[in-house]
Amino acid sequence: MLRFVLRRLLQVIPTLLLLSLLVFAWLRSLPGGPASAFLGDRATPERIAELNRVLGLDQPIFVQYGRFLGRVLAGDFGVSTITGQPVLAEIGRALPATVELSVTALVIAVGLGIPLGYLAAQHRGRPLDVATVIGTLVGVAVPVFFLGYLLKAFFAVELGWFPPSGRQAVDVDATNVTGFAVLDGLLTREFDASLDALDHLVLPAITLATIPLAVIVRITRASVLDVLGSDFVRTANSKGLTPGTVRSRHVLRNALLPVSTTIGLQVGLLLAGAVLTEKVFVWGGIGTLLADSITLKDYPRLQALLLLGALVYVLVNLLVDLSYAIIDPRVRLS
Amino acid sequence: MLRSARRLSAACAAGVLAVTLAACAQSARDDGAAQGGAGATGGTLVFGVPGAPDNFDPLFAQDGETFRPARQMFDTLITYKQGTSDLEPGLALEWTPSADFTEWTFKLREGVKFHDGTDFNAEAVCFNFNRWLNLPNAAAQAQAIYYSDTFEGFASNQASATGTPVYNSCSAPDPATAVVTLNKAKGAFPAAFGLTSLSMSSPAALQQYNADQVEQSGEAFTYGPYATEHPTGTGPFKFESYDRTANVITLARNDDYWGEKAKVDKLIFKVIPDANARKQELQAGTIDGYDYPAPADWESLKSGGFDVLVRPVFNILYLGINQKNNPALQDIRVRQAIAYATDRESLVRNQLPEGAVVATQFLPATVDGYAADLQPIPYDPEKAKQLLAEAGQSNLTVNFYYPTEVTRPYMPDPVNIFTALQENLRQAGITVNAVPQPWNGGYLDSITANGVHDLHLLGWTGDYNDAGNFVGTFFGRNKPEFGITDTALFQEVGAADATVDPTAHAAAYEQVNRDLMTKYLPAVPLSSSPPAIVVRDNISGVIPSPLTDERFYTVSKG
Repeated sequence: MLRFVLRRLLQVIPTLLLLSLLVFAWLRSLPGGPASAFLGDRATPERIAELNRVLGLDQPIFVQYGRFLGRVLAGDFGVSTITGQPVLAEIGRALPATVELSVTALVIAVGLGIPLGYLAAQHRGRPLDVATVIGTLVGVAVPVFFLGYLLKAFFAVELGWFPPSGRQAVDVDATNVTGFAVLDGLLTREFDASLDALDHLVLPAITLATIPLAVIVRITRASVLDVLGSDFVRTANSKGLTPGTVRSRHVLRNALLPVSTTIGLQVGLLLAGAVLTEKVFVWGGIGTLLADSITLKDYPRLQALLLLGALVYVLVNLLVDLSYAIIDPRVRLS
Repeated sequence: MLRSARRLSAACAAGVLAVTLAACAQSARDDGAAQGGAGATGGTLVFGVPGAPDNFDPLFAQDGETFRPARQMFDTLITYKQGTSDLEPGLALEWTPSADFTEWTFKLREGVKFHDGTDFNAEAVCFNFNRWLNLPNAAAQAQAIYYSDTFEGFASNQASATGTPVYNSCSAPDPATAVVTLNKAKGAFPAAFGLTSLSMSSPAALQQYNADQVEQSGEAFTYGPYATEHPTGTGPFKFESYDRTANVITLARNDDYWGEKAKVDKLIFKVIPDANARKQELQAGTIDGYDYPAPADWESLKSGGFDVLVRPVFNILYLGINQKNNPALQDIRVRQAIAYATDRESLVRNQLPEGAVVATQFLPATVDGYAADLQPIPYDPEKAKQLLAEAGQSNLTVNFYYPTEVTRPYMPDPVNIFTALQENLRQAGITVNAVPQPWNGGYLDSITANGVHDLHLLGWTGDYNDAGNFVGTFFGRNKPEFGITDTALFQEVGAADATVDPTAHAAAYEQVNRDLMTKYLPAVPLSSSPPAIVVRDNISGVIPSPLTDERFYTVSKG
């Protein structure tokens, strides 16, 4: 097991090196650049050339890449061209926002999705089931940004129940400890800050949760229906077990196996959905950083985000492989 | 069953708890909004802005979002009268040029203090001028764009500025008199002394917080603490904080301000990049106003009870023509045909916001040097066809570049503007190859650096009231954007710029404008459009500025 882990970790190094080269070359092959993005309609050929010269962007690409690699190996991902702030510090500030939003959305999706799917299966063909099926179809189909704007227009603007965007009201005096706004309020006993953060979290979390919720409901419903028709359930019933015991011990447990796999897949999709949700709700997380960096050609920030994203992806894949081996002894790690 | 029922109950309870907590927060929010942070004091004004500032040192600023907070914290020697582009005293009560306009004597206000408590006086003025001249390295000089535009060079040129600096020296014969000596006269003065980039900073703070420490780091610039945390001017607001996580800039009233004190206690700029999100924040009551409402929203905002304040026009949108890339465009008859083919009345009526006007020349009517006798080139597709036939270009094809993923004050919706112009040109028999490119994804490089286009859309928002700031920027020298080969135009613009007597300066530019439209026609001026500001109805005292130079000390919450 240890040898497997070490070998996989060593494989990560060439993967990331190759990826860094691809990302570096890809960004520089795109039209436009940081100089013209910075200068806007004040751009002149001389100014663009001058900024490129001062920033070293006029050097051959392998020279630029060598410098970049040297800095990254020293743990320096550089400074954002937009803000002049260290990129890692910016990512560190934005990450809790995205994690807070994604985890809340996942909790909503799982917390509501499994019970709803289970109930729909139990009431197959009846109004509750039909309504659930139609609702989930809509949930899967509706674009995240459209739903976000709709929820804002109704619950924030029309009814005024929730704030329309941001993570905290500007007049709330909140102490930043972990970067997780709700948690920080609890840790510092600034409960008004915590409530305010929760207030801001509701609409974006619902927006982000909608698609995974719909998927989880549908998978749970299908899986429960499948298990209900299986032989071992018939056997359990014929043994004289009570319906409650059959459902809880046999049906639910078996039905949740594919649901768990789906939840795992949804985590990746949640992060992708977070980009749009963050844009609509001005959330200030990783998705916002990524979108701004693409718009304004912030090479250092984009490189760091893409490389760190790839690192996380590779490590999560490793963990998944390891977990398979732990869950199912038939899987050999080799 | 029992266990699953228990789980369901727990999930429901969690949901109810979340909604209850959120409702509590909502109630608290409502209370806060009702109070508005006001009471016996001036309260807090929260203003939504579309972008974050690069830094807080106005010397290293070049975009409106960086200038906006700086304008509240700093003063210039000469300033612009609110709501106009006219000059009025700022930190200088009087300014007098020598006979040859190479020496400017500033009589300064007395008793003015910087935010750090140090005195503003003639020594401080000279310190600032000398700081600008002596910027130490290429990174700093590359960032001081307005200074290098105005003064053309540094003591030791490290970047693209290669000329002799216009600024020579500064002396302080007494604390209330500063004498600035120039190496040559320039028509941009005195108006350019009002540029926000030329604001007065505290010499003590500049030195203490390493203001000139601009460095290249990887592919970006880093600034010293002065520009990020300690901007120190004499303005009506003082810097308090910049929360980069929440993207909120907080300024506090300067109770020792030399002029009219700010009415609100705190001024908060909340960065909300999306115009629709800004609108919803205003409607939800979480901000008091915002800049650049989309023109399509003006009517609904007005009917919703908000005040839409339209700025006087101070920009220009033009249909650019690149003579180098397409030889057919070197013939003035072809360029005139394009102008006659363009239905600018309809463009202004259908595509641009209320207050927009058809442009007769390359600057708005409020700028000195505007030739009032010029008439707009009429929309006449038949005349356009005739001119094309005379030039032997009846089958003209052009590559028309236009930007996407951008709105500018002079160009709220480039795609719609392009579509209208494309149809105009088609009706005159010109075939248009549409080349859309993202603003930051190649468009600016294609147009301004590489000149690979035939036609393009671009514009300009003026910095100060001088025709040279418009016409000189476009046609003062050869640029890939226009590919002009006739140097007579550059000489004419250069001569007008070098004419320093204000009346003669304006007259020279009036003639340049006439010649541009009749003799050269290097592009087609289309329109000037006013951007707007929107505020809640309890907000008063916002004075919309043609220069987008709004000062919030006049603003109060009712």
